[in-house]
Amino acid sequence: MMARPPNLRVIPGFDTTLGLTLALLSLVVLLPLAALVLKAAGLGVAQWLAIVTDPRVLASFRLSFGGAAIAAGLNGIFGLLVAWVLVRYRFPGRKLVDAFIDLPFALPTAVAGIALTALYAPNGWVGQFLPFKVAFTPLGAMLAMVFIGIPFVVRTVEPVLQDLESELEEAAACLGASRAQTFARVILPVIAPALLTGISLAFARAVGEYGSVIFIAGNMPGVSEIAPLLIVTKLEQFDYVGATAIATLMLGLSFALLLAINLLQKWNRQRMGAAS
Amino acid sequence: MSNHPAIRDPAWVRVALIAAALAFLGLFLVLPLAAVLAEALRKGLDSYARALAAPDTLAAIRLTLLVAAIAVPVNVVFGLSASWAIAKFDFRGKALLVSFIDLPFSVSPVISGLIYVLLFGAQGVLGPWLAEHDVKIVFAIPGIVLATIFVTFPFVARELIPLMEEQGRDEEEAALTLGAGGLRTLWSVTLPNVKWGLLYGVLLCNARAMGEFGAVSVVSGHIRGLTNTMPLHVEILYNEYDFVGAFAVASLLALLALVTLGAKSALEWVHRDQLAATRRH
Repeated sequence: MMARPPNLRVIPGFDTTLGLTLALLSLVVLLPLAALVLKAAGLGVAQWLAIVTDPRVLASFRLSFGGAAIAAGLNGIFGLLVAWVLVRYRFPGRKLVDAFIDLPFALPTAVAGIALTALYAPNGWVGQFLPFKVAFTPLGAMLAMVFIGIPFVVRTVEPVLQDLESELEEAAACLGASRAQTFARVILPVIAPALLTGISLAFARAVGEYGSVIFIAGNMPGVSEIAPLLIVTKLEQFDYVGATAIATLMLGLSFALLLAINLLQKWNRQRMGAAS
Repeated sequence: MSNHPAIRDPAWVRVALIAAALAFLGLFLVLPLAAVLAEALRKGLDSYARALAAPDTLAAIRLTLLVAAIAVPVNVVFGLSASWAIAKFDFRGKALLVSFIDLPFSVSPVISGLIYVLLFGAQGVLGPWLAEHDVKIVFAIPGIVLATIFVTFPFVARELIPLMEEQGRDEEEAALTLGAGGLRTLWSVTLPNVKWGLLYGVLLCNARAMGEFGAVSVVSGHIRGLTNTMPLHVEILYNEYDFVGAFAVASLLALLALVTLGAKSALEWVHRDQLAATRRH
């Protein structure tokens, strides 16, 4: 970035726009978040620990984080498959399918929640053919998490696959590699950073997801209750302290995750830069 | 994309992979949409129309439109001023500012609602003062609007910042040297350059504003006919076993999602080179 001395500035409006930006940012984002930190600071460490190590809270974190990890893993596999098919193959309706990928971003989560519940309920279109229960079990929660995570992996892997130079694959083929070997040894290492970034974005989204999960999960305490729902339950019982303690733990974990994602993306960009 | 035979997958592999991908997407994306429509029309068109014409449903639709009509313009103003400050000037702490703007995307919707309850609620930091002055924010419309602005905060800014950074400052500097004022430059030079990106951000912002559930649910108080947005109304009807009603309202939201997707794809196809989102790697 080029640094220029401030007295050479021609463009006006720096004070106004930065002032407005900071004012809105403080009012809408920073001040309310500070209220959470303030409330949490009022809790002693012992009290905070007592709340977050309660068996019901621990179970909800296991489902939110464990379920999100499984869902993100599935999204990694299917997202890679979908991205591969969309970039490499030509078939009728490909553009329509590509546009449809972002549906989970555009569809309100409550709508997704009741639709998935209707499908996977024991008498639903899909549920009636399954030998095991999906809706109203932890499996249902994971299903909703898979749904909302679909676009992340596809959208991060697609551009990298597009930029992948075919010469690399041709060279591998000339040297006697099979397609499977080329995929595992040549293609996969190049797209790995993007794939991992997509998986962690899907994971981060699934951890905090509320709307689509609560309809299908059944919400049995200790079994199929997610951490965000427990926050809502505590709030409805006017247990603001409990809600705050759980929220700070979730927030801390998601910020750690965000940091990891940023590092991954940096690595991704470096790899992309080195390849071109 | 190369058609070199050495790196072309055999036909059966191609067919199998395409079939698997389409089956996955059909199961997870198409079937839920079809289910919404089927459930909404289960008892015929008359019940569907009656469900949509119910007074509480109409009130929910009005509130959702009102909330979006406030939240989207606020985010446009914020997005324009943030991207102007960030793209047109160099200053210290810029990277930090950008990551603060992205913050709402990494917060669970429920926590987004909770922070407003903790700030403005009866037990909150400002609660006693607000009660004294008879101002209601939480469990009322202002809280719903604030929570919606929070969850949609980054949409416009995050589309405009990279776009305006890429376009540089030359055109604005030229306009200013030729005697145009700041606002005139913004209106006649900058805005025409970023209009498709702005529209793209507004589309996504609007879809989220109308569809937000978690954050709004925490601050709304669920007062029928007063503080229920469409997604919250879906939940209430669903929990009352009024499935036709719930899916009828849901079908409107699904339609909104489809319109948003269509408009977004049209923008991506026609103005691909003027959007930041399609070039972000």
